Amino acid sequence: MEWLALEFMQRALLAAVITGLTAPAIGTYLVQRRLSLLGDGLGHLAVAGVGLAFLTGTAPLPVAVVVCVVGAIAIELLRELGRTSGDVGLAILFYGGLSGGLLLASLAGQGTGTLSAFLFGSLLTINATELWIIAGLGAVVLVVCLGLLPQLFAVSADEPFARTIGLPVRVYNILIVALAAVTVTVSMRTVGLLLVSALMVVPVATANHLVIGFRRSMLVAMGLGVLAAVSGTIGSYQFDTAPGALIVVIAIGVFALSWPASLLLARRYAPFVELTDDQPPRSHELTEEHPHVHSATCGHPAVPHAGHVDYIHDGHRHAAHEGHYDEH
Amino acid sequence: MTAEPRPSAPAISAHQVDVVLSGVPIVRHAGFEIGVGQTVAVTGNNGSGKTTLMRALLGLVPHRGTVELFGTELSRFRDWHRIGYVPQRSTILVQQATAREVVASGRLGLRRPLWPASAADRQAVTDALVRVGMADRAQAPFVRLSGGQQQRVLIARALAGTADLMVWDEPLAGVDQTTQGVLAEILAELREAGTTVVMVLHEPGPFEPLIDRAITLADGRVVADGPFQPALGGHEVHELPHSHFHETGLEVI
Repeated sequence: MEWLALEFMQRALLAAVITGLTAPAIGTYLVQRRLSLLGDGLGHLAVAGVGLAFLTGTAPLPVAVVVCVVGAIAIELLRELGRTSGDVGLAILFYGGLSGGLLLASLAGQGTGTLSAFLFGSLLTINATELWIIAGLGAVVLVVCLGLLPQLFAVSADEPFARTIGLPVRVYNILIVALAAVTVTVSMRTVGLLLVSALMVVPVATANHLVIGFRRSMLVAMGLGVLAAVSGTIGSYQFDTAPGALIVVIAIGVFALSWPASLLLARRYAPFVELTDDQPPRSHELTEEHPHVHSATCGHPAVPHAGHVDYIHDGHRHAAHEGHYDEH
Repeated sequence: MTAEPRPSAPAISAHQVDVVLSGVPIVRHAGFEIGVGQTVAVTGNNGSGKTTLMRALLGLVPHRGTVELFGTELSRFRDWHRIGYVPQRSTILVQQATAREVVASGRLGLRRPLWPASAADRQAVTDALVRVGMADRAQAPFVRLSGGQQQRVLIARALAGTADLMVWDEPLAGVDQTTQGVLAEILAELREAGTTVVMVLHEPGPFEPLIDRAITLADGRVVADGPFQPALGGHEVHELPHSHFHETGLEVI
């Protein structure tokens, strides 16, 4: 545990905790809105900010934050105007950002080696000033994501309804993308700009396997995000790898492990089947030998009708009746 | 078009309303007044502009002409807590939220941002779930509910606030018998309480005895507006009196 005494590791771990908390928090809203890949695009855009900072000789983080937030708001306004259907406009913006960033960096005399510390994360590069910026911006993201959870959920789930109850839908929409941009840029030192999107999406998908409910899955995703970010940071010191790669591999590993749990959850809330023409059976018809006992958690589709519940399997609809099953 | 809301103003007043989407006229010269406490069905074929008209009345799509809610011009209307909108189910984007979380959105018009829900908020959500018979499924994921159950949750979301103007878009589309019964009961209660209800309906079903009036659209135009006649199932086209043609701007064909 000698690495705990190293100052750069302490800074890297703090930054990892902040990334682990913020990326899945804002990611929950993006996944909800089916904008899972927005974070990836914003990461590309932030590369332009880093390149611009190289060229102007300023600190990369503040420039990247500004460029990325401005770009994100522009994307949202274009979306609102309905001008980005077909994704082509977004693609041009994103790849323009990446290529522009590389171009600016090389003009500034920096090779792709320097840039790769921003693309895939780097433990050694976080200085004290940057950590303060990361902590401050991370706190803003968390306060908004948790404090405005009901409002942001309503806007993401059903925008027309949110408008008709008087919510400032446009403000909230811009807030979500702007905070996503902030999250992407403050994560560039830990997971890196090209991999941060994974930390916005994968823990959220894992949480959806484990728990029910929007708020609960956001909190679980944040926990999983911290787990992946911290263990990946420590591991990357031990194995001397880029932290971003290890963090994302761990997050995906946890996702794979959560798969069996999702099957249990799916059983608990088996789908309901509605009868379009519900009629009582003409005669009392018993099923053949039936050792399986149906229940609300057995996983067979349930058919509530006439005051009881039938279960469907293999082309039959079974209703419990005095110790045996009837065909309904 | 008075600046101050008139105390006896109708719940909805539409005059010469046109809606054009992507250059295509969807609603044309629609005009009517819906009095407070009325239960109104908006009927017509698919594509006749019913849903778009409802969305225009709520300011969700741009329109030309005048729309007033409770006597206030739409752009100046701020009492959104008085509106209970139930859109078509297919438009909801929900992956992991519970039924209760969806219903809780209905209180947001009354809540301050960054403040936690009050005991009254939580009670209102519970009451709304009980009213639609979904209290036992409150913690179930919304997406796993049947179509009828989802519809009941969306009605509960509109009931959770303090709305006295309900706008329901196809509440009976693809729902089971139980849900139809539950919704008819709720509609009867709302009528009793003096709530104005405007709904897009294909088939009146169990709502039939509860509907005061039917507005029928065809190709974006109001072609009939009159008392709902249960025997005719609301499908009979009621000819408008001549004076109305001028008021709604319709051409006499």
